Amino acid sequence: MKKLVILGAGTAGTMILNKLEPVLDKDEWHITIVDQYETHYYQPGFLFIPFGIYNKKDVIKPKRDFFPSGVEVLFDSINKIEPKENKIILTNQKVLNYDYLIIATGCKINPDETEGLTKKGWYKNIFDFYTIEGAMGLAHFLKYWEGGKMVLNITEMPIKCPVAPLEFVFLADWWFTEQGIRDKVEISFVTPLDGAFTKPRASKVFGDFLSKKNIKLVPDFSTGSVDHENNKIISWDEKEVPYDLLVTIPTNMGDELIARSGMGDELNFVPTDKQSLLSKNHKNIFIIGDATDLPSSKAGSVAHFEADVLYDNFLSAIEGRPLRAKFDGHANCYIESGFGKGILIDFNYDTEPLPGKYPLPGVGPFSLLEETKMNHYGKIMFRWMYWNLLLRGAELPIESQMLMAGKRK
Amino acid sequence: MATREIAGITVEIDEDGYMADHTQWNIEMAVILAKEQEIEELTDRHYVVIEYMRKEFEENGTGPSIRKLNKQSGVSTKELYQLFPGGPAKKAAFIAGITKPHGCI
Repeated sequence: MKKLVILGAGTAGTMILNKLEPVLDKDEWHITIVDQYETHYYQPGFLFIPFGIYNKKDVIKPKRDFFPSGVEVLFDSINKIEPKENKIILTNQKVLNYDYLIIATGCKINPDETEGLTKKGWYKNIFDFYTIEGAMGLAHFLKYWEGGKMVLNITEMPIKCPVAPLEFVFLADWWFTEQGIRDKVEISFVTPLDGAFTKPRASKVFGDFLSKKNIKLVPDFSTGSVDHENNKIISWDEKEVPYDLLVTIPTNMGDELIARSGMGDELNFVPTDKQSLLSKNHKNIFIIGDATDLPSSKAGSVAHFEADVLYDNFLSAIEGRPLRAKFDGHANCYIESGFGKGILIDFNYDTEPLPGKYPLPGVGPFSLLEETKMNHYGKIMFRWMYWNLLLRGAELPIESQMLMAGKRK
Repeated sequence: MATREIAGITVEIDEDGYMADHTQWNIEMAVILAKEQEIEELTDRHYVVIEYMRKEFEENGTGPSIRKLNKQSGVSTKELYQLFPGGPAKKAAFIAGITKPHGCI
Protein backbone atom coordinates (compact mmCIF):
# COMPACT_ATOMS: atom_id res chain seq x y z
CA MET A 1 0.00 0.00 0.00
CA LYS A 2 1.16 3.49 -0.81
CA LYS A 3 0.53 6.14 1.78
CA LEU A 4 -0.77 9.68 1.29
CA VAL A 5 -0.83 11.89 4.38
CA ILE A 6 -2.59 15.25 4.48
CA LEU A 7 -1.67 17.53 7.36
CA GLY A 8 -4.43 19.96 8.27
CA ALA A 9 -8.18 19.56 7.76
CA GLY A 10 -9.14 23.18 7.25
CA THR A 11 -10.50 24.56 3.99
CA ALA A 12 -7.54 23.54 1.81
CA GLY A 13 -6.87 20.12 3.35
CA THR A 14 -10.53 19.09 3.33
CA MET A 15 -11.01 20.20 -0.28
CA ILE A 16 -8.01 18.36 -1.65
CA LEU A 17 -8.93 15.25 0.36
CA ASN A 18 -12.41 15.25 -1.19
CA LYS A 19 -11.01 15.68 -4.68
CA LEU A 20 -8.36 12.96 -4.44
CA GLU A 21 -10.17 10.30 -2.41
CA PRO A 22 -12.63 9.24 -5.16
CA VAL A 23 -9.90 8.77 -7.77
CA LEU A 24 -7.20 6.98 -5.79
CA ASP A 25 -7.55 3.19 -5.96
CA LYS A 26 -8.46 1.88 -2.50
CA ASP A 27 -6.42 -1.27 -3.03
CA GLU A 28 -3.33 0.81 -3.70
CA TRP A 29 -3.63 3.87 -1.51
CA HIS A 30 -4.07 4.44 2.19
CA ILE A 31 -5.07 8.04 2.95
CA THR A 32 -4.63 9.68 6.35
CA ILE A 33 -5.66 13.19 7.35
CA VAL A 34 -4.43 14.74 10.59
CA ASP A 35 -5.74 17.77 12.47
CA GLN A 36 -5.63 18.70 16.13
CA TYR A 37 -9.11 20.27 16.21
CA GLU A 38 -12.47 18.63 15.58
CA THR A 39 -14.38 21.80 14.69
CA HIS A 40 -14.38 23.36 11.24
CA TYR A 41 -14.77 27.14 11.24
CA TYR A 42 -16.22 29.04 8.31
CA GLN A 43 -13.63 31.78 8.64
CA PRO A 44 -15.17 34.26 6.16
CA GLY A 45 -18.11 34.41 8.59
CA PHE A 46 -15.98 35.79 11.45
CA LEU A 47 -16.24 39.25 9.85
CA PHE A 48 -20.00 39.35 10.45
CA ILE A 49 -19.94 38.25 14.11
CA PRO A 50 -18.87 41.58 15.67
CA PHE A 51 -21.92 43.24 14.09
CA GLY A 52 -24.36 40.57 15.22
CA ILE A 53 -25.12 39.43 11.64
CA TYR A 54 -23.83 35.90 12.32
CA ASN A 55 -23.38 34.16 15.61
CA LYS A 56 -21.17 31.26 16.59
CA LYS A 57 -23.51 28.54 15.35
CA ASP A 58 -23.50 30.04 11.85
CA VAL A 59 -19.79 29.44 11.42
CA ILE A 60 -19.09 26.02 12.93
CA LYS A 61 -19.65 22.42 11.93
CA PRO A 62 -17.88 19.20 12.90
CA LYS A 63 -14.94 18.41 10.61
CA ARG A 64 -16.09 14.79 10.46
CA ASP A 65 -19.13 15.82 8.39
CA PHE A 66 -16.81 16.61 5.50
CA PHE A 67 -14.56 13.55 5.41
CA PRO A 68 -15.29 10.75 2.93
CA SER A 69 -15.55 7.26 4.41
CA GLY A 70 -12.56 4.97 4.13
CA VAL A 71 -10.08 7.67 5.09
CA GLU A 72 -8.07 7.41 8.29
CA VAL A 73 -8.77 10.49 10.41
CA LEU A 74 -6.47 11.36 13.30
CA PHE A 75 -7.37 14.17 15.68
CA ASP A 76 -3.88 14.64 17.05
CA SER A 77 -1.39 17.46 17.18
CA ILE A 78 1.73 17.11 15.10
CA ASN A 79 5.20 17.40 16.58
CA LYS A 80 7.18 17.53 13.37
CA ILE A 81 7.78 16.37 9.85
CA GLU A 82 11.04 14.61 9.02
CA PRO A 83 11.04 15.11 5.26
CA LYS A 84 14.29 13.24 4.62
CA GLU A 85 12.88 10.15 6.32
CA ASN A 86 9.39 10.56 4.79
CA LYS A 87 7.79 10.47 8.19
CA ILE A 88 5.73 12.51 10.60
CA ILE A 89 5.95 12.37 14.36
CA LEU A 90 2.79 13.20 16.27
CA THR A 91 2.85 14.80 19.72
CA ASN A 92 1.82 11.44 21.20
CA GLN A 93 5.02 9.95 19.64
CA LYS A 94 3.10 7.98 17.05
CA VAL A 95 4.95 7.84 13.73
CA LEU A 96 3.28 8.14 10.32
CA ASN A 97 5.21 7.15 7.21
CA TYR A 98 4.25 8.50 3.82
CA ASP A 99 5.02 8.18 0.15
CA TYR A 100 3.40 11.54 -0.56
CA LEU A 101 2.65 14.38 1.81
CA ILE A 102 0.30 17.34 1.34
CA ILE A 103 0.83 20.18 3.80
CA ALA A 104 -2.29 22.21 4.49
CA THR A 105 -1.50 23.54 7.94
CA GLY A 106 -2.64 27.09 7.18
CA CYS A 107 -1.69 30.26 8.97
CA LYS A 108 -2.88 32.04 12.06
CA ILE A 109 -2.49 35.26 13.96
CA ASN A 110 0.40 35.65 16.34
CA PRO A 111 -0.37 38.64 18.60
CA ASP A 112 2.63 37.92 20.83
CA GLU A 113 4.90 39.06 18.00
CA THR A 114 3.98 42.67 18.81
CA GLU A 115 5.25 44.20 22.04
CA GLY A 116 2.45 45.26 24.38
CA LEU A 117 -0.38 43.85 22.27
CA THR A 118 -1.43 41.01 24.54
CA LYS A 119 -0.95 42.91 27.81
CA LYS A 120 -3.58 44.85 29.76
CA GLY A 121 -5.80 45.86 26.84
CA TRP A 122 -6.10 42.45 25.17
CA TYR A 123 -9.77 41.51 24.89
CA LYS A 124 -10.62 44.60 26.99
CA ASN A 125 -10.38 47.33 24.35
CA ILE A 126 -8.13 45.47 21.88
CA PHE A 127 -9.62 42.68 19.75
CA ASP A 128 -8.84 40.67 16.66
CA PHE A 129 -11.61 39.26 14.48
CA TYR A 130 -9.56 36.42 12.93
CA THR A 131 -10.44 34.02 15.76
CA ILE A 132 -13.84 33.02 17.08
CA GLU A 133 -12.83 34.28 20.55
CA GLY A 134 -11.78 37.69 19.20
CA ALA A 135 -14.87 38.09 17.03
CA MET A 136 -17.23 37.15 19.89
CA GLY A 137 -15.38 39.43 22.34
CA LEU A 138 -15.63 42.31 19.91
CA ALA A 139 -19.36 41.68 19.38
CA HIS A 140 -19.86 41.97 23.13
CA PHE A 141 -17.73 45.12 23.38
CA LEU A 142 -19.54 46.86 20.51
CA LYS A 143 -22.95 46.21 22.05
CA TYR A 144 -22.11 48.54 24.92
CA TRP A 145 -19.73 50.99 23.26
CA GLU A 146 -20.84 54.59 23.06
CA GLY A 147 -18.24 55.80 20.64
CA GLY A 148 -14.74 57.24 20.46
CA LYS A 149 -11.71 56.50 18.33
CA MET A 150 -11.87 53.13 16.59
CA VAL A 151 -8.56 52.20 14.99
CA LEU A 152 -8.05 49.18 12.77
CA ASN A 153 -4.40 48.32 12.21
CA ILE A 154 -2.71 45.81 9.94
CA THR A 155 0.53 44.99 11.73
CA GLU A 156 2.51 43.55 8.82
CA MET A 157 1.93 41.78 5.52
CA PRO A 158 1.12 39.15 4.40
CA ILE A 159 -2.21 38.51 6.12
CA LYS A 160 -4.98 36.02 5.62
CA CYS A 161 -7.81 37.48 3.51
CA PRO A 162 -6.21 40.86 2.76
CA VAL A 163 -9.58 42.49 2.00
CA ALA A 164 -11.16 41.59 5.37
CA PRO A 165 -9.75 44.67 7.17
CA LEU A 166 -11.35 46.93 4.55
CA GLU A 167 -14.62 45.05 4.86
CA PHE A 168 -14.47 45.48 8.61
CA VAL A 169 -14.24 49.27 8.48
CA PHE A 170 -16.89 49.49 5.73
CA LEU A 171 -19.27 47.39 7.84
CA ALA A 172 -18.38 49.36 10.98
CA ASP A 173 -19.33 52.60 9.19
CA TRP A 174 -22.70 51.05 8.29
CA TRP A 175 -23.24 49.51 11.73
CA PHE A 176 -22.48 52.69 13.69
CA THR A 177 -24.83 54.57 11.35
CA GLU A 178 -27.58 52.03 12.10
CA GLN A 179 -26.92 52.41 15.84
CA GLY A 180 -27.24 56.18 15.50
CA ILE A 181 -23.72 56.87 16.81
CA ARG A 182 -21.71 57.29 13.60
CA ASP A 183 -21.09 60.96 14.48
CA LYS A 184 -19.52 59.85 17.79
CA VAL A 185 -17.09 57.39 16.21
CA GLU A 186 -13.88 58.31 14.45
CA ILE A 187 -12.71 55.41 12.26
CA SER A 188 -9.07 55.05 11.14
CA PHE A 189 -7.57 52.43 8.84
CA VAL A 190 -3.86 51.99 9.61
CA THR A 191 -1.76 49.99 7.15
CA PRO A 192 1.90 49.33 6.38
CA LEU A 193 1.04 49.60 2.66
CA ASP A 194 1.25 52.91 0.82
CA GLY A 195 -2.50 52.86 0.10
CA ALA A 196 -5.74 51.04 0.86
CA PHE A 197 -4.64 47.90 -1.05
CA THR A 198 -1.56 46.51 -2.76
CA LYS A 199 -2.63 46.62 -6.39
CA PRO A 200 -2.85 50.14 -7.88
CA ARG A 201 -6.35 50.27 -9.42
CA ALA A 202 -8.06 48.51 -6.54
CA SER A 203 -6.08 50.66 -4.11
CA LYS A 204 -7.47 53.81 -5.76
CA VAL A 205 -11.07 52.49 -5.76
CA PHE A 206 -10.89 51.38 -2.11
CA GLY A 207 -9.14 54.63 -1.13
CA ASP A 208 -12.07 56.57 -2.62
CA PHE A 209 -14.52 54.37 -0.70
CA LEU A 210 -12.68 55.07 2.54
CA SER A 211 -12.82 58.83 2.06
CA LYS A 212 -16.46 58.71 0.91
CA LYS A 213 -17.32 56.88 4.12
CA ASN A 214 -15.30 59.35 6.21
CA ILE A 215 -12.76 56.71 7.26
CA LYS A 216 -9.25 58.09 7.78
CA LEU A 217 -6.51 56.23 5.89
CA VAL A 218 -3.12 56.13 7.68
CA PRO A 219 -0.66 54.56 5.18
CA ASP A 220 3.01 53.55 5.57
CA PHE A 221 2.52 52.70 9.25
CA SER A 222 4.29 49.50 10.36
CA THR A 223 3.19 48.79 13.90
CA GLY A 224 6.17 48.18 16.18
CA SER A 225 4.48 48.19 19.58
CA VAL A 226 1.32 48.96 21.53
CA ASP A 227 1.37 51.36 24.48
CA HIS A 228 -1.51 49.75 26.36
CA GLU A 229 -1.24 52.19 29.30
CA ASN A 230 -1.87 55.22 27.11
CA ASN A 231 -3.89 53.47 24.37
CA LYS A 232 -1.62 54.23 21.41
CA ILE A 233 -0.09 52.16 18.67
CA ILE A 234 3.48 53.13 17.83
CA SER A 235 5.22 52.50 14.51
CA TRP A 236 8.82 51.37 14.10
CA ASP A 237 9.68 54.92 13.06
CA GLU A 238 7.91 56.31 16.14
CA LYS A 239 4.70 57.69 14.73
CA GLU A 240 1.70 57.30 17.04
CA VAL A 241 -2.01 56.70 16.57
CA PRO A 242 -4.24 56.91 19.68
CA TYR A 243 -7.26 54.62 20.05
CA ASP A 244 -10.17 53.95 22.37
CA LEU A 245 -10.94 50.68 20.58
CA LEU A 246 -8.19 48.88 18.68
CA VAL A 247 -9.26 46.25 16.16
CA THR A 248 -5.98 44.64 15.26
CA ILE A 249 -4.79 42.31 12.53
CA PRO A 250 -1.74 40.81 14.25
CA THR A 251 1.24 39.29 12.43
CA ASN A 252 0.15 36.18 10.50
CA MET A 253 2.41 33.14 10.60
CA GLY A 254 2.40 29.55 9.47
CA ASP A 255 2.16 26.77 12.05
CA GLU A 256 5.02 26.31 14.55
CA LEU A 257 5.25 22.70 13.42
CA ILE A 258 6.79 24.02 10.18
CA ALA A 259 9.49 25.79 12.19
CA ARG A 260 10.07 22.70 14.35
CA SER A 261 10.53 20.70 11.15
CA GLY A 262 13.03 23.23 9.76
CA MET A 263 10.89 23.61 6.63
CA GLY A 264 9.73 27.22 6.76
CA ASP A 265 10.83 30.78 6.02
CA GLU A 266 10.99 33.56 8.62
CA LEU A 267 7.19 33.48 8.97
CA ASN A 268 6.95 29.66 8.98
CA PHE A 269 5.57 29.57 5.43
CA VAL A 270 6.76 26.65 3.32
CA PRO A 271 8.83 27.48 0.19
CA THR A 272 6.59 26.31 -2.66
CA ASP A 273 6.92 26.35 -6.44
CA LYS A 274 4.43 29.03 -7.43
CA GLN A 275 3.15 27.13 -10.47
CA SER A 276 3.27 23.40 -9.63
CA LEU A 277 2.64 23.76 -5.84
CA LEU A 278 5.39 21.21 -5.22
CA SER A 279 7.77 21.87 -2.32
CA LYS A 280 10.94 23.63 -3.47
CA ASN A 281 12.98 21.16 -1.43
CA HIS A 282 11.19 17.80 -1.57
CA LYS A 283 9.86 15.96 -4.60
CA ASN A 284 7.09 14.12 -2.72
CA ILE A 285 5.63 17.04 -0.79
CA PHE A 286 2.95 19.41 -2.07
CA ILE A 287 1.67 22.48 -0.24
CA ILE A 288 -1.77 24.04 -0.53
CA GLY A 289 -3.61 27.04 0.94
CA ASP A 290 -2.32 29.50 3.51
CA ALA A 291 0.71 27.35 4.41
CA THR A 292 2.56 28.25 1.17
CA ASP A 293 4.93 31.17 0.71
CA LEU A 294 3.37 32.09 -2.65
CA PRO A 295 2.90 35.77 -3.58
CA SER A 296 -0.87 35.22 -3.83
CA SER A 297 -3.67 36.00 -1.39
CA LYS A 298 -4.15 33.76 1.60
CA ALA A 299 -7.82 33.01 1.08
CA GLY A 300 -10.28 30.18 0.55
CA SER A 301 -10.82 31.08 -3.10
CA VAL A 302 -7.10 30.74 -3.71
CA ALA A 303 -7.01 27.36 -1.96
CA HIS A 304 -9.94 26.30 -4.15
CA PHE A 305 -8.18 27.27 -7.39
CA GLU A 306 -4.96 25.66 -6.12
CA ALA A 307 -6.85 22.44 -5.40
CA ASP A 308 -7.65 22.02 -9.10
CA VAL A 309 -3.96 22.41 -9.98
CA LEU A 310 -2.72 20.21 -7.17
CA TYR A 311 -5.20 17.50 -8.14
CA ASP A 312 -3.77 17.32 -11.68
CA ASN A 313 -0.17 17.51 -10.55
CA PHE A 314 -0.58 14.93 -7.81
CA LEU A 315 -2.01 12.40 -10.28
CA SER A 316 0.86 13.17 -12.66
CA ALA A 317 3.46 12.83 -9.92
CA ILE A 318 2.32 9.40 -8.74
CA GLU A 319 2.44 8.13 -12.32
CA GLY A 320 5.86 9.64 -12.95
CA ARG A 321 4.55 12.13 -15.53
CA PRO A 322 5.73 15.76 -15.71
CA LEU A 323 3.73 18.27 -13.63
CA ARG A 324 1.95 20.27 -16.29
CA ALA A 325 -0.80 22.09 -14.39
CA LYS A 326 0.18 25.62 -13.48
CA PHE A 327 -1.30 27.78 -10.76
CA ASP A 328 -1.65 31.40 -11.94
CA GLY A 329 -2.20 33.06 -8.56
CA HIS A 330 -5.94 33.40 -9.19
CA ALA A 331 -7.95 34.99 -6.35
CA ASN A 332 -11.56 36.04 -6.23
CA CYS A 333 -12.92 38.09 -3.34
CA TYR A 334 -16.34 39.43 -2.42
CA ILE A 335 -15.89 42.57 -0.39
CA GLU A 336 -18.72 43.73 1.84
CA SER A 337 -18.98 47.49 1.56
CA GLY A 338 -21.87 48.05 3.97
CA PHE A 339 -25.51 49.10 3.49
CA GLY A 340 -26.32 45.81 1.75
CA LYS A 341 -23.79 46.25 -1.03
CA GLY A 342 -20.57 44.60 -2.07
CA ILE A 343 -17.60 44.87 -4.43
CA LEU A 344 -16.05 41.92 -6.26
CA ILE A 345 -12.42 41.58 -7.36
CA ASP A 346 -10.82 38.89 -9.53
CA PHE A 347 -7.07 38.84 -10.16
CA ASN A 348 -3.90 36.73 -10.33
CA TYR A 349 -0.09 36.95 -10.04
CA ASP A 350 0.20 39.17 -13.12
CA THR A 351 -3.16 40.89 -13.61
CA GLU A 352 -4.41 43.37 -11.04
CA PRO A 353 -8.15 43.63 -10.24
CA LEU A 354 -9.93 45.23 -13.22
CA PRO A 355 -13.52 46.38 -13.79
CA GLY A 356 -15.94 44.22 -15.80
CA LYS A 357 -18.55 41.46 -15.37
CA TYR A 358 -18.16 38.05 -13.68
CA PRO A 359 -18.33 35.07 -14.12
CA LEU A 360 -20.06 35.41 -17.50
CA PRO A 361 -18.27 38.02 -19.65
CA GLY A 362 -20.54 40.99 -20.36
CA VAL A 363 -23.43 39.41 -18.42
CA GLY A 364 -22.41 38.95 -14.81
CA PRO A 365 -24.46 38.74 -12.67
CA PHE A 366 -21.62 40.15 -10.61
CA SER A 367 -19.78 43.41 -11.32
CA LEU A 368 -16.03 43.64 -10.84
CA LEU A 369 -14.50 46.53 -8.91
CA GLU A 370 -17.93 48.17 -8.58
CA GLU A 371 -20.30 48.40 -5.65
CA THR A 372 -23.61 46.56 -6.24
CA LYS A 373 -26.36 44.83 -4.25
CA MET A 374 -25.84 41.68 -6.35
CA ASN A 375 -22.22 41.40 -5.17
CA HIS A 376 -23.47 41.44 -1.58
CA TYR A 377 -25.93 38.63 -2.35
CA GLY A 378 -23.01 36.69 -3.84
CA LYS A 379 -21.18 36.92 -0.54
CA ILE A 380 -24.20 35.88 1.51
CA MET A 381 -24.91 32.97 -0.86
CA PHE A 382 -21.31 31.87 -0.61
CA ARG A 383 -21.67 30.42 2.87
CA TRP A 384 -24.07 27.80 1.54
CA MET A 385 -21.74 27.06 -1.37
CA TYR A 386 -18.82 26.70 1.02
CA TRP A 387 -20.44 24.12 3.29
CA ASN A 388 -22.26 22.19 0.56
CA LEU A 389 -20.05 22.35 -2.51
CA LEU A 390 -16.62 23.80 -1.96
CA LEU A 391 -15.43 21.73 1.02
CA ARG A 392 -16.83 18.58 -0.55
CA GLY A 393 -14.66 19.14 -3.59
CA ALA A 394 -17.58 19.61 -6.00
CA GLU A 395 -17.05 21.37 -9.31
CA LEU A 396 -18.09 25.02 -9.23
CA PRO A 397 -19.17 26.91 -12.35
CA ILE A 398 -16.04 29.07 -12.28
CA GLU A 399 -12.65 28.52 -13.91
CA SER A 400 -9.58 27.94 -11.77
CA GLN A 401 -7.45 29.96 -14.22
CA MET A 402 -8.26 33.66 -14.27
CA LEU A 403 -9.90 34.79 -17.52
CA MET A 404 -9.43 38.16 -19.21
CA ALA A 405 -12.82 37.86 -20.97
CA GLY A 406 -15.31 40.25 -19.36
CA LYS A 407 -12.60 42.49 -17.94
CA ARG A 408 -11.89 46.06 -19.08
CA LYS A 409 -8.33 47.38 -19.11
CA MET B 1 12.01 49.43 -21.16
CA ALA B 2 12.63 52.93 -19.82
CA THR B 3 16.15 54.05 -19.11
CA ARG B 4 17.76 56.77 -17.03
CA GLU B 5 21.24 57.98 -16.30
CA ILE B 6 22.81 57.40 -12.90
CA ALA B 7 26.41 58.42 -12.18
CA GLY B 8 27.08 58.86 -15.88
CA ILE B 9 25.83 55.40 -16.88
CA THR B 10 22.57 54.69 -18.70
CA VAL B 11 20.63 51.96 -16.88
CA GLU B 12 17.30 50.25 -17.42
CA ILE B 13 14.51 51.02 -14.95
CA ASP B 14 11.22 49.24 -14.34
CA GLU B 15 7.74 50.74 -14.03
CA ASP B 16 8.30 51.49 -10.33
CA GLY B 17 11.49 53.44 -11.11
CA TYR B 18 13.72 50.73 -9.64
CA MET B 19 16.79 49.49 -11.49
CA ALA B 20 15.73 46.60 -13.69
CA ASP B 21 19.18 45.00 -13.97
CA HIS B 22 21.03 44.79 -10.67
CA THR B 23 24.31 43.91 -12.39
CA GLN B 24 24.49 47.48 -13.76
CA TRP B 25 24.68 48.84 -10.20
CA ASN B 26 27.76 50.27 -8.50
CA ILE B 27 28.58 52.13 -5.29
CA GLU B 28 28.52 55.59 -6.88
CA MET B 29 24.98 54.88 -8.00
CA ALA B 30 24.03 53.89 -4.45
CA VAL B 31 25.11 57.30 -3.17
CA ILE B 32 22.99 59.09 -5.79
CA LEU B 33 19.97 56.81 -5.32
CA ALA B 34 20.23 57.31 -1.53
CA LYS B 35 20.07 61.11 -1.94
CA GLU B 36 16.90 60.67 -4.01
CA GLN B 37 15.45 58.83 -1.00
CA GLU B 38 16.53 61.73 1.25
CA ILE B 39 19.38 59.79 2.83
CA GLU B 40 22.30 62.20 2.73
CA GLU B 41 25.06 59.86 3.74
CA LEU B 42 25.47 56.10 3.54
CA THR B 43 27.16 54.68 6.64
CA ASP B 44 28.71 51.26 7.19
CA ARG B 45 25.40 50.12 8.67
CA HIS B 46 23.58 51.15 5.49
CA TYR B 47 26.05 49.07 3.50
CA VAL B 48 25.49 46.03 5.71
CA VAL B 49 21.83 46.20 4.70
CA ILE B 50 22.53 46.99 1.04
CA GLU B 51 24.93 44.07 0.70
CA TYR B 52 22.50 41.73 2.37
CA MET B 53 19.69 42.92 0.06
CA ARG B 54 21.81 42.24 -3.03
CA LYS B 55 22.90 38.83 -1.81
CA GLU B 56 19.32 37.89 -1.04
CA PHE B 57 18.20 39.13 -4.47
CA GLU B 58 20.87 37.11 -6.26
CA GLU B 59 19.85 33.97 -4.39
CA ASN B 60 16.07 34.32 -4.46
CA GLY B 61 15.18 36.81 -7.19
CA THR B 62 13.47 39.17 -4.77
CA GLY B 63 14.47 41.45 -1.92
CA PRO B 64 13.83 40.20 1.63
CA SER B 65 10.97 41.25 3.90
CA ILE B 66 11.80 43.48 6.85
CA ARG B 67 11.33 40.50 9.14
CA LYS B 68 13.89 38.47 7.22
CA LEU B 69 16.27 41.42 7.10
CA ASN B 70 16.01 41.77 10.85
CA LYS B 71 16.51 38.06 11.45
CA GLN B 72 19.40 37.48 9.08
CA SER B 73 21.31 40.73 8.55
CA GLY B 74 21.80 41.40 12.26
CA VAL B 75 20.21 44.86 11.95
CA SER B 76 17.19 45.33 14.22
CA THR B 77 13.85 46.48 12.82
CA LYS B 78 14.11 49.67 14.85
CA GLU B 79 17.55 50.45 13.40
CA LEU B 80 16.35 49.59 9.89
CA TYR B 81 13.70 52.29 10.21
CA GLN B 82 16.31 54.74 11.50
CA LEU B 83 18.61 53.96 8.58
CA PHE B 84 15.88 54.02 5.93
CA PRO B 85 13.07 56.16 7.35
CA GLY B 86 9.58 55.41 6.07
CA GLY B 87 10.09 52.08 4.37
CA PRO B 88 13.29 50.08 4.88
CA ALA B 89 12.52 47.19 2.52
CA LYS B 90 11.46 49.46 -0.36
CA LYS B 91 14.07 52.18 0.14
CA ALA B 92 16.99 49.81 0.69
CA ALA B 93 15.96 47.87 -2.44
CA PHE B 94 15.89 51.11 -4.45
CA ILE B 95 19.37 52.09 -3.27
CA ALA B 96 20.74 48.54 -3.69
CA GLY B 97 19.74 48.56 -7.36
CA ILE B 98 17.31 45.65 -7.12
CA THR B 99 13.61 45.57 -8.00
CA LYS B 100 10.89 46.51 -5.52
CA PRO B 101 10.15 43.64 -3.11
CA HIS B 102 6.93 41.82 -4.01
CA GLY B 103 4.15 43.14 -1.81
CA CYS B 104 2.26 39.98 -0.98
CA ILE B 105 -1.49 40.13 -0.91
